[in-house]
Amino acid sequence: MSEVANPRFAPGDKVRIANANPPGHRRVPVYARGREGTIERICGAFPNPEELAYGFDGLPKRPLYRVRIRQTDIWPDYKGSDKDVLELEIYEHWLIKA
Amino acid sequence: MATTDPHAHDHHHDHNHGHNHSHDPIEVAEGAGEYEIMVHAIKELLIEKGVITGEDIRKTLEFMDTRTPALGAKVVARAWIDPEFKKRLLINGTAAVAEMGIPMGDAELIVVENSKDVHNVIVCTLCSCYPRTVLGLPPDWYKSRNYRSRVVVEPRAVLKEFGTELPNSVTLRTHDSNADMRYLVLPERPAGTEGWSEEQLVAIVTRDCMVGVAVPKAA
Repeated sequence: MSEVANPRFAPGDKVRIANANPPGHRRVPVYARGREGTIERICGAFPNPEELAYGFDGLPKRPLYRVRIRQTDIWPDYKGSDKDVLELEIYEHWLIKA
Repeated sequence: MATTDPHAHDHHHDHNHGHNHSHDPIEVAEGAGEYEIMVHAIKELLIEKGVITGEDIRKTLEFMDTRTPALGAKVVARAWIDPEFKKRLLINGTAAVAEMGIPMGDAELIVVENSKDVHNVIVCTLCSCYPRTVLGLPPDWYKSRNYRSRVVVEPRAVLKEFGTELPNSVTLRTHDSNADMRYLVLPERPAGTEGWSEEQLVAIVTRDCMVGVAVPKAA
């Protein structure tokens, strides 16, 4: 891991996860694609797994964020508290300012 | 008397079982399944090509066998006793467990804290990432498709099956460790443990409490 030099997002920022379905190895679960949430923290910069998966070095490293999404925004019929959240890790190039 | 049931024999055989439809990968295979054979083949190739040695593999296995939930329990008990350590643990889990001589290796550790208002549970929906350096090898249920798919959709129902029923006044945070971070739940110290020694506290912090499917009990 390394520090992120110029993060595009800061904790608390509203973001949308790209609703894209490119082929290949992706680390964005389908349930999270197209969802809106907030940046919970910046995790650091890591080699891009989408490149690593095919034998490349994954450089330059990509900023990784922890995104918090309301469960009711993912599953319309979610059973539980309205405050329940799901948190997951999303690379910067999958995030759009919301 | 001989039976006519073709599956009544008890020797293991290749499970290519004569049909060609695709189905979910079989996660608990008998004998040497396809994936096990593949692992052996890749291992042999890596050794042959000089990428790693048999000694490297043996040392890694030996190291992994020293990793058990007792390490995570020590981290939790220390955090309950030492508020300064707890602060450091929540800010930077990797650095805080390193203080206790626990290396995280290639991964980074995020510690998430339970309180009377918040409960945390960990899953990896994409594979089965688990904080192995602090908890050892994951239990089979953690790797099962059932747990991995359901705990993001209906986490309260899944927790209930584990005997953990949360009132709606408690916010539930489900953490999908889908990339480079690993997660450890810091459970809430139960009432009735005031004045307990670190060793006594360690004893009630189980693996399941640190994954978030259970909570520690004083009794």
